[in-house]
Amino acid sequence: MKDQGNYRPLSYFQLMEISLRELLVEKGIVTNEQVDATVEDMRNRTPERGAKVVARAWVDAGFKQRLLENGTKACEELGLDVPALKLLAVENTPQVHNAIVCTLCSCYPRMLLGIPPEWYKSRNYRSRMVREPRAVLAEFGLSIPENVQIRVHDSTADMRYIVLPSRPSGTEGWSEERLAGLVNRDCMIGVAVPKGPND
Amino acid sequence: MSEAKFKPGERVKVVKAYPLGHVRTPYYIRGCTGTVERICGAFPNPEELAQMRDGLPKLPLYRVRFRQKEVWPDYRGNEDDVLEVEIFQHWLEQA
Repeated sequence: MKDQGNYRPLSYFQLMEISLRELLVEKGIVTNEQVDATVEDMRNRTPERGAKVVARAWVDAGFKQRLLENGTKACEELGLDVPALKLLAVENTPQVHNAIVCTLCSCYPRMLLGIPPEWYKSRNYRSRMVREPRAVLAEFGLSIPENVQIRVHDSTADMRYIVLPSRPSGTEGWSEERLAGLVNRDCMIGVAVPKGPND
Repeated sequence: MSEAKFKPGERVKVVKAYPLGHVRTPYYIRGCTGTVERICGAFPNPEELAQMRDGLPKLPLYRVRFRQKEVWPDYRGNEDDVLEVEIFQHWLEQA
């Protein structure tokens, strides 16, 4: 930890992390450089990666089809490696709204969305999202019309999920980069939808 | 790897059992009946991996779709709302 002049005693988990890391380095199992590189790598994973995938699917129907068929492979086309897990993209349509939760822990498509937000790991979200999704989405400010089906995906095992939201109207002819700017983390978890110029 | 016993579209019931250990089948879905949405492939058994064993042979993993109204009889919302959960083959039986 970097000394920021904030002299508070270390928490239990901070102490555990330091002890474990120092032991691993001392025993020659990992080097400090490897630890730094891994932390750096994690920090570089941000929801912009996922937004890039969504924007590509919006402009390229072939890519979209490949993404829905095999998310992991489609991401490789964009140079995004989603190792050791299978990515499933689930598509929102005028009839279906998708949302992601992990009731058992906090499984999350970190390779595309980075570190999960605190609420995603909260007991409140995890227990209620499968039980009363409409009420939970309303608390996020998202009201899903009664005639739209909600599909909640509980990420319990080896798959990881990303919601492919619907492209907002009024964005015809927009560049991929500009479209990607409409897609935030919450849209890809399914607790929000992208807003276009007409919304 | 073990053969996949169930096909997409087939009705399956989640085993209602409560063994100890690292189980990836959520409590709330045990005993519920749903439909196989797809076969995800085969993966090492997480209950074995958690015991530092190799988890082999790999087990077929399914995504099963459940109607919310069947999971929660007092569910409020669209009749068609669904829940999709990944469940390993040894937790499923023919419905």
